[in-house]
Amino acid sequence: MTSYFNEMYQDGAVRAPYARLEDWMRTMPAEFRQMKQAEAEALFRRIGITFAVYGEGGDPDRLIPFDMFPRVFTATEWGKLERGIKQRARALNAFLVDVYGRGEIVRAGRIPARLVYQNEAYEKAVVGFVPPKGVYSHIVGIDLVRTGAEDFFVLEDNCRTPSGVSYMLENREIMMRMFPDLFRENRIQPVDSYSDRLRRTLASVAPAKCRGEPTVVLLTPGHFNSAYYEHSFLADLMGVELVEGQDLFVEGEYCWMRTTEGPKRVDVIYRRIDDAFLDPLCFNPSSMLGVPGLMDVYRSGGVSICSAPGAGVADDKAVYTYVPEMVRFYLGEEPLLQNVPTWQCAKADDLKYVLDKMEELVVKEVHGSGGYGMLVGPKSSKAEVEAFRHKVMEDPDNYIAQPTLALSTTPTFVQEGIAPRHVDLRPYCLVGESIDLVPGGLTRVALKEGSLVVNSSQGGGVKDTWVLAE
Amino acid sequence: MLSRTADNLYWIARYMERADIAARLLEVGSRISLLPGVQGYRSEWDSLLQSSGTADGFAKKYGDPVQRNIESYLFFDRDNPSSVASCITAARENARIVRTALTSQVWDALNTAFQELRQLERTPRSELELSLLTDWVMRHAAMVRGAIDATLLRNDGYNFLNIGYYLERGDNTARLMDVKYYVLLPRVDFVGSGLDNYQWATLLRAMGAQRAFHWAYGGEVTAAKIAHFLILNPQSPRSLITCVAGTNAHLARLAKAYGRATLAQSKAAAILAELETTTVDAIIDEGLHEFLSRFIGESAVLGHLMHECYLSGDVR
Repeated sequence: MTSYFNEMYQDGAVRAPYARLEDWMRTMPAEFRQMKQAEAEALFRRIGITFAVYGEGGDPDRLIPFDMFPRVFTATEWGKLERGIKQRARALNAFLVDVYGRGEIVRAGRIPARLVYQNEAYEKAVVGFVPPKGVYSHIVGIDLVRTGAEDFFVLEDNCRTPSGVSYMLENREIMMRMFPDLFRENRIQPVDSYSDRLRRTLASVAPAKCRGEPTVVLLTPGHFNSAYYEHSFLADLMGVELVEGQDLFVEGEYCWMRTTEGPKRVDVIYRRIDDAFLDPLCFNPSSMLGVPGLMDVYRSGGVSICSAPGAGVADDKAVYTYVPEMVRFYLGEEPLLQNVPTWQCAKADDLKYVLDKMEELVVKEVHGSGGYGMLVGPKSSKAEVEAFRHKVMEDPDNYIAQPTLALSTTPTFVQEGIAPRHVDLRPYCLVGESIDLVPGGLTRVALKEGSLVVNSSQGGGVKDTWVLAE
Repeated sequence: MLSRTADNLYWIARYMERADIAARLLEVGSRISLLPGVQGYRSEWDSLLQSSGTADGFAKKYGDPVQRNIESYLFFDRDNPSSVASCITAARENARIVRTALTSQVWDALNTAFQELRQLERTPRSELELSLLTDWVMRHAAMVRGAIDATLLRNDGYNFLNIGYYLERGDNTARLMDVKYYVLLPRVDFVGSGLDNYQWATLLRAMGAQRAFHWAYGGEVTAAKIAHFLILNPQSPRSLITCVAGTNAHLARLAKAYGRATLAQSKAAAILAELETTTVDAIIDEGLHEFLSRFIGESAVLGHLMHECYLSGDVR
């Protein structure tokens, strides 16, 4: 039986950050809790925070389950994480500028050329181009798990368009509305400056040709997208237009949006669509979402695109293994955050190990996301493991494996009362002229007993994440 | 403002107004159907379907106009694009797309209407009185309207919303009157009869204007007075002249804000000029039906110009 780090209780005592929650939790009558839970749900539904799960039918306006029990960090714990996260975000950006430039890290033999240049996410269209301020990934979402008081591991990096930040903000809003007393008793650092900071970050990478206050827009695939709520929420908080591809067009050296007063120039595009859909002339010719000619304008410095096309090569699960190496190579520092040990099935030795020990490991597709295309060995039947073993043998390059991590738990409201459930954490690091991180992030919780999968598409929920003031 | 955003706002208004009208139509229908039958009298329900332009769709799906089916078709049926359910869903979907251009109160009003609609859809029909349904729609339409008036920034988006409301409302007033005069009344010799007057009164009631009418005109209900009230009286909130003047005013604000006028402004001004100078006698000489048809046509042209000059995204 694996033992899990419980973030609230250690050796029968309450850990410091949770000290004031003990009473709150013990004295809360069951009816009160149910009433508050219903209130929270009504608030979410009213605000319209829903998400769609692809290919399942059913209610298209589904709520992500919200757990009212907060997850808490002390200022000291957070300080360490913050340094590690910023360090990693800097290294990832340095890597991106490098591999689309001279490729020093490859020449130095610190990462295999094949992994970079033959990577599906490597964007030949931007080779030799350095985006403004040398930033490719402006919002870096780093997924972290905890296994002990001092032990944090990076599960994966998200350099393209990490989602979920609207939950970080709304969870806090709702908690403050429902439990103002908690916020009086605990000194919790605010997160609501995120949108201002995001706007500042985006404006700071305006192209050289932009004169005056840059016009920033948020580019969404449209209202059928499962994250549409987040897109409109962020655009609103930043006070920028929420555009679709059809609202933009290219003329001359610039990109313009269609307004009721005629064309208006756009300087910075915070895009929430994939590279492949940005520009049908450059990438996917059948894309209806993109803006024909956009890449030409981008490459000639007429518009900035955030994250920059090509940023995906840094958050690939196979490249992930080399991020600590990037930190050493570009920053000359030792990595503050550790990677989870990873076996690459592309390597013969690793493959042999993975095939042998599959029932103990978590095996993932290199390009998979959202908890799909993965196997959690210890939680799977013999038949499932066998089936997955065949998939891996057929295409080993497409898989990596990691040990099953003992994800920490925090108390969570469940049917029977309160019980520990496994959690992870996604902070959102902003990279522009400077590098910035709000004290908080999105805590995802696996609501099913024993489950280690926190993805909302697979029974995961979310919690408010507190960072206490000093 | 993005042309697409303006387009969404404009359609939120049109759909909400349309839902309101669908409910009012249902109320007219159920009241008229309480009248004793008249020999040779065309089905009053059928005429309602015709007025809302949904008669063909209904006939295809249900055949004969039976009250129960008409209620379902005009209220719940998603196959009918003008049903209350379709309109409220479309308005809410448009609002979801342009959340950033709405205040949370406006969104809340639209979203609440939609959430409650889904509850109504799950409620057995036997528990739903028609009057409850029509009241429900009018209440929510008013709440949305109220939230817009009370909380929305008076910017170009506000003008597009209002233009949507006024265009739709004018169009519908004209259609409701036309149905009364052209379709509802079986024969010309019924004009001025008790049946005629009862129908007019019902029409006024559906527009929530029965008392207002009596305050304004007093005495007997006559076709000429009603025509004046619903077409030419600027005090009447649903009269054609009120709607056109409203459209005109909001178009003028747009022209001022943008520093340029378009064909939409000149068209609206021309329609308004005609209403301001004509008389009830002139309208009746032309023929009420002919006049109304012409108005509906002009209104459609204005809608088209709105699209071309502001909403299509091809503005230069």
